[in-house]
Amino acid sequence: MADALLSVRALSKRFGGIVATDGVDLDVAEGETLALIGPNGAGKTTLIAQLSGDLRPDAGVIRFAGADVTALSAPARSRRGFARSFQVTSIFREFTAVANVALAVQAHAGHSFRFWRPAARERALREPAYAVLERVGLGERADVPAGALAHGEQRQLELAMALATRPRLLLLDEPVAGMGPDESQRMVRLLRTLRGAHTIVLVEHDMDVVFALADRISVIVYGRVLATGAPAAIRENAEVRRAYLGEEAPAGC
Amino acid sequence: MATRARRIVLGGGLVALALVPVVAALLHQPFYVDLFRRILIWAIAAVSLDLILGYGGMVSLGHAAYLGIGAYAVAVPASYGIDSGLVQLALAVLASAAAALVIGAVSLRTSGMYFIMITLAFAQMFYYLGISINAWGGDDGMRLARRSRLPGLDLADPTVFYYVVLALLVLLLWLGHRLVHARFGTVIRAAKSNEPRMRAVGFATFRYRLAAFVLAGAVGGLAGALLTNQTEYLTPSYMHWTRSGEIMVMVILGGMGTLFGPVLGAAAYLLLEDVLSAWTVHWQIVLGPLLVLVVLYARRGLYGLLPGGTSTDG
Amino acid sequence: MTALLVAEQCLNGLQLGVMLFLMAAGLTLVFGIMNLVNLAHGSLYMVGAYLATAVFNWSGSFVLGVVFALPATLAIGMLVEVIALRRLYERDHLDQVLATFGLILFFNEAVAMVWGRTALFTRVPPALAGQIVVLPGLRYPAYRAVIIVVGLAVALLLYGLVSRTRLGMLIRAGASNRTMVAALGVNIRLLYTLVFGFGAALAALGGLMAGPIYNVQPGMGEEILVEVLVVIVIGGIGSIRGALVGAIVVGMVDTLGRAFLRPLLSSVLGPVAAESAGPALASMSIYLLMAAVLFFRPQGLFPAARS
Repeated sequence: MADALLSVRALSKRFGGIVATDGVDLDVAEGETLALIGPNGAGKTTLIAQLSGDLRPDAGVIRFAGADVTALSAPARSRRGFARSFQVTSIFREFTAVANVALAVQAHAGHSFRFWRPAARERALREPAYAVLERVGLGERADVPAGALAHGEQRQLELAMALATRPRLLLLDEPVAGMGPDESQRMVRLLRTLRGAHTIVLVEHDMDVVFALADRISVIVYGRVLATGAPAAIRENAEVRRAYLGEEAPAGC
Repeated sequence: MATRARRIVLGGGLVALALVPVVAALLHQPFYVDLFRRILIWAIAAVSLDLILGYGGMVSLGHAAYLGIGAYAVAVPASYGIDSGLVQLALAVLASAAAALVIGAVSLRTSGMYFIMITLAFAQMFYYLGISINAWGGDDGMRLARRSRLPGLDLADPTVFYYVVLALLVLLLWLGHRLVHARFGTVIRAAKSNEPRMRAVGFATFRYRLAAFVLAGAVGGLAGALLTNQTEYLTPSYMHWTRSGEIMVMVILGGMGTLFGPVLGAAAYLLLEDVLSAWTVHWQIVLGPLLVLVVLYARRGLYGLLPGGTSTDG
Repeated sequence: MTALLVAEQCLNGLQLGVMLFLMAAGLTLVFGIMNLVNLAHGSLYMVGAYLATAVFNWSGSFVLGVVFALPATLAIGMLVEVIALRRLYERDHLDQVLATFGLILFFNEAVAMVWGRTALFTRVPPALAGQIVVLPGLRYPAYRAVIIVVGLAVALLLYGLVSRTRLGMLIRAGASNRTMVAALGVNIRLLYTLVFGFGAALAALGGLMAGPIYNVQPGMGEEILVEVLVVIVIGGIGSIRGALVGAIVVGMVDTLGRAFLRPLLSSVLGPVAAESAGPALASMSIYLLMAAVLFFRPQGLFPAARS
């Protein structure tokens, strides 16, 4: 794919004797949603961490919008348009919801060597933050301390922080993990509204979610890409069924 | 919200501090001016440590180094006849900021236990350095020839000196209040709360942490400059790591991550020392276990006992 | 002549190195396994030195002092672990720093109450007061030679213990993966108490051997503690091997720096400049070394493998 926004070649990472990522190639087109699935311990989260810049790969190249970003740190990638959510909810628990999002805005609104004016009174930070909270359905909860939000709301908040950086690429590590069915459905609806406008790489165990969102699916097993293709093709792929879905497994295992 | 009650308590505290020289004069106890001035100077040191410890989550066990550098920046020029307070204070602030820049640049690359040990070790390096320089008093230290000369202010007058220190502390608290709520302070506090998240949204946290570390060091140097003026003596023991421990105790005792907490902590620690040491020379045998108990059972510090003492910042 | 001087100073460096190792071995395990920043380790060194010296002075037998001080400090260490430190394992490092700082104040004052603030009278045990011939022309104090031998023997013993026995396996596993050890059904509390007591005894061994050559006085533990922390940072937290290498390197650099930096600088800068620069640089040498190591290896030379 020549016009891929994100393009990964021969990415490898090992921890001691364990190969976590083993020569992974991926291409994600602008506006596309790619889901990464695979059994536990297949190396999906490690892969996301390398894409986001939190983990340095041992070998391989990551290109984004035509530029080699392999050596860039997480903050530097964020400036280029990467944003991520974590598998375990990662927010500023002591800060209010709107302060959480305002921080994400602040990170992309000039430098922060400003020592005088209260950040809470900077409308350039607060107004976009409120707008994003509305968008993810947390408008009513803006002034609640993030630690006091329900689990599902915290996941929404994390997504809001990612969106507030106005990213080109969203890396979502199990966005519905730990959510009840209602919360989960709400999140899926929300994510569907993002499709097309953002390029998304998604790790998810819930097959309903995967099939509801993904344009294409890559199956990761033992750190390798076993197969990549449209959802229907992956569903039918015999190798994938054997290795991962299990012969008799229905969607949603 | 109990913030109004808290404001009244804090305002009352400041008024009380401002009245100390008056009360001391009425009671014919000039000693109190000396004691409270010492408290205020340590409070400045404690507030500066709290900026990185309480707000920034950087457990630096080497803050005494800046105190010592500030002290040398006053006493050494003085011994060569340079007694301009402005020159000395500028030197104190710049030299301690420079030291903090170097120490921070190395130690902030690490975290956790390594950070604690490395900050401690570097501070101790300055301590041994001070001991090894015989021209500047070596192990014994040296007397301060005379207190810093400030335009229009005579620090030799205990009351004038007291109000100078109080004014500096109030200024520091005001600036600190602005800083922790401004963009910069928000970044520092958020980086303590969740560093990976900060990096993920695009903050290169290292440079902000380093800047906070340098600021704290500079203010620590100011406290050290005041301290030699207070004791009229320079000794490398200002830099001994147990001093760093004491400053840290003041911060925790008062309540870290607050501006007034360290002031309360400095007052509590030094008054406790004053009371206990009047009672027994072995007062530390009481203080030590007391400290363990405070850590185990009273983490919020004195500030948490004030009305509306805990706050959530947004 | 110079070669002999260098050899003698190398032995001195080795002697300081093994003392540092005795402290660092226990402390690096406490750091690595219990994840506890224990600043009071120097206090155990001091307690060991005091107990041994007191018994030595009272009975006239150094051996009796050793025989008494080692188990006594081991017991004190275990007691401190059970009463106070155990409650700190799950706390953050800041709490640990403060609480162990409180313990330091307590121990220093307790020792001052019993024995006073001035240094305790000590002497090298008479049987070891002489000198031995190490190499033709190189005579070396017998007592210091014994320290080196004992230190290296303990290092060897520890190496065997940690790499060959079940206890050592648990200790190594604990340094890299605590939950795994707990999952094996090992009584982790008891293991911690044992490791701590053991570390205390090693510190006491260092302290009681240091007694006759350094001062036995309140606060003696803090002076060496900082150097031990440098050793651990250089060697890598949780690594016995790192502690040994770090200790020898720090001992050598510190000793040789103090002995030779001034004359060395003198030939470059001239005697006057060297007079002030030499001692200053020597006092900073191990810290500069630490900074250099950290620059290239932020986790120390032998980082304990963590998953």
